Amino acid sequence: MHKIYTHIVQIAGDVITVEADGVGYNEIAEISASRGTSLAQVIRLDGRRVSLQVFAGSKGVSTGDKVRFLGHPMRVASGDDLLGRIFNGSGIPLDKGPVLADNLVESGGPPVNPVKRVIPNKMIRTGIPMIDVFNSLVESQKLPIFSIAGEPYNELLARIAIQAEVDIIILGGMGLKHDDYLFFRDTLDQHGALARSIFFMHTAADPTVECLLVPDISLAVAEHFALNGKRVLVLLTDMTNFADALKEISITMEQVPSNRGYPGDLYSQLAARYEKAVDFDTAGSITILAVTTMPGDDVTHPVPDNTGYITEGQFYLKGGVIEPFGSLSRLKQQVNGKTRPDHRTIMDTMIQLFASYRETLEKQAMGFQMSAWDKKLLNYGGLFEREMMSLKVNVSLEKALDKGWEILHACFSPEETGIKPALIEQYWPK
Amino acid sequence: MPKDRTGRVVKITGNMVTAHVDGVIIQNEVAFVQHGAEALKAEVIRVRADKAEMQVYENTSGLQIGDEVVFTGELLSVELGPGMLGQIFDGLQNPLPPLAAQHGFFLKRGAYLTALAQDVEWEFTPLAKKGDTVRAGDILGSVPEKIFKHCIMVPFGLQGIREVVSIAGLGRYNLKKPIARLRDSSGKEEDVYLKQNWPVKIAIRAYAEKLKPHQPLVTKMRLIDSLFPVALGGTYCVPGPFGAGKTVLQQLISRHADADVVIIAACGERAGEVVETLKTFPELIDPRTHKPLSDRTVIICNTSSMPVAARESSVYTAVTIAEYYRQMGLQVLLLADSTSRWAQAMREMSGRLEEIPGEEAFPAYLESRIASFYERAGAVRLNDGSTGSVTIGGTVSPAGGNFEEPVTQATLKVVGAFHGLSRERSDARRYPAIDPLISWSKYPSVIPERYRVRGHAMLKKSRDVSQMMKVIGEEGTSLADYVDYLKGEYFDFVYLQQNAFDPVDESCSAERQQYVFAFIYDIMEEEFRFQSKEEALRFFQQLRQLTRGWNSSVFKSPEFSKIEQEIALLLEQKRSTNKETSNA
Repeated sequence: MHKIYTHIVQIAGDVITVEADGVGYNEIAEISASRGTSLAQVIRLDGRRVSLQVFAGSKGVSTGDKVRFLGHPMRVASGDDLLGRIFNGSGIPLDKGPVLADNLVESGGPPVNPVKRVIPNKMIRTGIPMIDVFNSLVESQKLPIFSIAGEPYNELLARIAIQAEVDIIILGGMGLKHDDYLFFRDTLDQHGALARSIFFMHTAADPTVECLLVPDISLAVAEHFALNGKRVLVLLTDMTNFADALKEISITMEQVPSNRGYPGDLYSQLAARYEKAVDFDTAGSITILAVTTMPGDDVTHPVPDNTGYITEGQFYLKGGVIEPFGSLSRLKQQVNGKTRPDHRTIMDTMIQLFASYRETLEKQAMGFQMSAWDKKLLNYGGLFEREMMSLKVNVSLEKALDKGWEILHACFSPEETGIKPALIEQYWPK
Repeated sequence: MPKDRTGRVVKITGNMVTAHVDGVIIQNEVAFVQHGAEALKAEVIRVRADKAEMQVYENTSGLQIGDEVVFTGELLSVELGPGMLGQIFDGLQNPLPPLAAQHGFFLKRGAYLTALAQDVEWEFTPLAKKGDTVRAGDILGSVPEKIFKHCIMVPFGLQGIREVVSIAGLGRYNLKKPIARLRDSSGKEEDVYLKQNWPVKIAIRAYAEKLKPHQPLVTKMRLIDSLFPVALGGTYCVPGPFGAGKTVLQQLISRHADADVVIIAACGERAGEVVETLKTFPELIDPRTHKPLSDRTVIICNTSSMPVAARESSVYTAVTIAEYYRQMGLQVLLLADSTSRWAQAMREMSGRLEEIPGEEAFPAYLESRIASFYERAGAVRLNDGSTGSVTIGGTVSPAGGNFEEPVTQATLKVVGAFHGLSRERSDARRYPAIDPLISWSKYPSVIPERYRVRGHAMLKKSRDVSQMMKVIGEEGTSLADYVDYLKGEYFDFVYLQQNAFDPVDESCSAERQQYVFAFIYDIMEEEFRFQSKEEALRFFQQLRQLTRGWNSSVFKSPEFSKIEQEIALLLEQKRSTNKETSNA
């Protein structure tokens, strides 16, 4: 039924061109080369000339190889059978389990009608005070972790995954180091979260094109679960590798680059993925946490810059801690008014005082004299860094708020905090 | 024009499809690509010999070489008539709630609905009489729509003078029934309906003349109305890095601005933010009309994951609807968030057309497109002598927060006011984060000119001192300079900054602005004398605390007067100690 074509007329980068008829745009084809078979996707149609992006790369593809068009766009099996399994970007198992072909869902499906979304209103508790207290994570939020290479972003991601109260965890790895992949697997396993997790893995050694497939395939499966009422957390690491793969392909396709070599549609490409985060009216939700490594710690680099315009805030991981300045959860106001009456006050007061502490540090560094107030701030800053900011701290929101009062009590008199008398009355440690 | 012209698809790259056509091709006409049962809307954007290059407003997955293309001979148009207020459309004017009712969670490709409900009946009251002579844009009658009398006008496209042959009497009519019949000088007759169509990329010009914008559009934001005002019929832009509060600012303005109709064009931005607007507006009450805010709002929503080509047309759809309401003598405010996404949509299309790229790969016609979009704003005198206006406010999302980039620069050339947001101010939680030292406006303010000038001077002086203090420390600064610095900070904290979460402070009427500014002006002019910097700091901190409480009290309420007296008392005490020290 599917015609086989053998007339490959061009191979450039990972894109091959074959002459064929009756092919649909974005259709999937199978290429049988001497080194094995690979899937490929149609990315341009020009008369009889069909250009395909070869997922496994074009290395070893000969002009005499067979191309068989499958007549459908990229699809992936979904459903409970996937839980605990590991696949590559094309949906082929990397573990020893069977190949799945049930519940096929299309990857890169249509956008959600905005009127079918609900205003996000459920907090996801992570046990990390810098998130829970200061920048609460909200169900259906899309949030990247901005950091430079070498920061413990994957550790942070894994910790959130283990502790977050969600039904399904989907991890999409792009250009991951093999040890990072093992780290994720082992950590989730140790904490018994593997059975509700699905992995889509692309390691740095795999072909570039497969990297591009990872977010779509992860999110297509997530969407399938969410439509069935599940709360899904999707972890994507590292989206900068995804953007670099886009750059590589678009330059191979001779597209005019816009900024530092990235294609002009980088924003739309990233948004198409991040916007899959959703809280469905009458069904489940998708929350996306992604890692965006910033080359040279430069937030104006095209990848973090475009990401920042799309996502609902960002966690800024620096020096092994979540930096309170620069980190932002745009949705926190939707949830932090409903937790405990002192939540917002503790959040604002502690951050304002921490800002003063940072100013004092600057003054100290410049050799200005330290006043009594400066000394109090220095004491406070140290306590805050050790007992709130450190990623070793793992406590519930309520405990973290209590801890906040203790720290304030240890450093200041009630008036110095500027907190409303009614709250002081209720919460100030006696 | 030959109808039913067809062609065949010969090339597909992304959402650009090329078709081979036998016969005439019209630039910018709408075509439908047929694929199985689906018909995907597209627009011709370039013609080369017998090939029409089209941007398809949908995902092109599955389209094949040889698929049929049907050309309509019509430019991309919107339907204008009663029923738009309170509605949510996509960039092509498909109403989203009915789409959701029919197709569920997702936006189904190729599903189009008529923008307005065709069968709903409206109570028509005729105004024109049989035998009247009318021109395009003249009012034939009206129907009530939410809070307005929605005027039914002679179609804007008709040339020359027409005679009213017949007009419907008082009664209920739906959009499909003619309500009048007009005859032109050659005797040709045609029907007029409650609705009319208009091509979005052409401005509606059925008015007598365009006027200079001179009357302020009060946004209830002190920083804008007093220092960087916007005029009815004017234009302004809001560039800023991400996280600086562009969208929050636009949302506040969409709620509080003194406009009759607000059109919100959510162009390529987050869906979540649109959801917030569309779910909360029906519940928020407009203090001017005591009706839900949604009654005066039209939302055009083409969020970032919706097809890119429709994003490009969404700003045109929005401005066309704005112009339509202006023709009724209303003051319309169009808020476009964000024009950078619109520019990026142009860039993507230009890349697919393989045009020679300009700066940062934006097309060479970027500037002229931006200019002609903002030029569609304006205050106009209509044929009947009344006036209406379209004010356009566009946000810009510059790459890396750098205002030197092409979209910001092209926009700055054509707008009348610039509200530049700064990361520095938003990091310091000084909202709205409009940087008073880089922003400007060419429109008249709600406060007297000398006050405005004084405010600017104060801020500049204060900034200079604070820069200097960073180098030489507080110790090295003279007391007089330090007091100027404190005055500037005070002005910033109690006047420029506004608390969006405070029910009173979030909107400040023009009257209140004039009153409060006059009060603060006296403080700025006063020569305070202090013994030490600590004393000065304490004094201004006290003043700031009191004034902030003042901002949160209802204007002219007993509490307002009470706090005003407390502030006056504090100032009086200071003056008397000054006298004592000067006597001593």
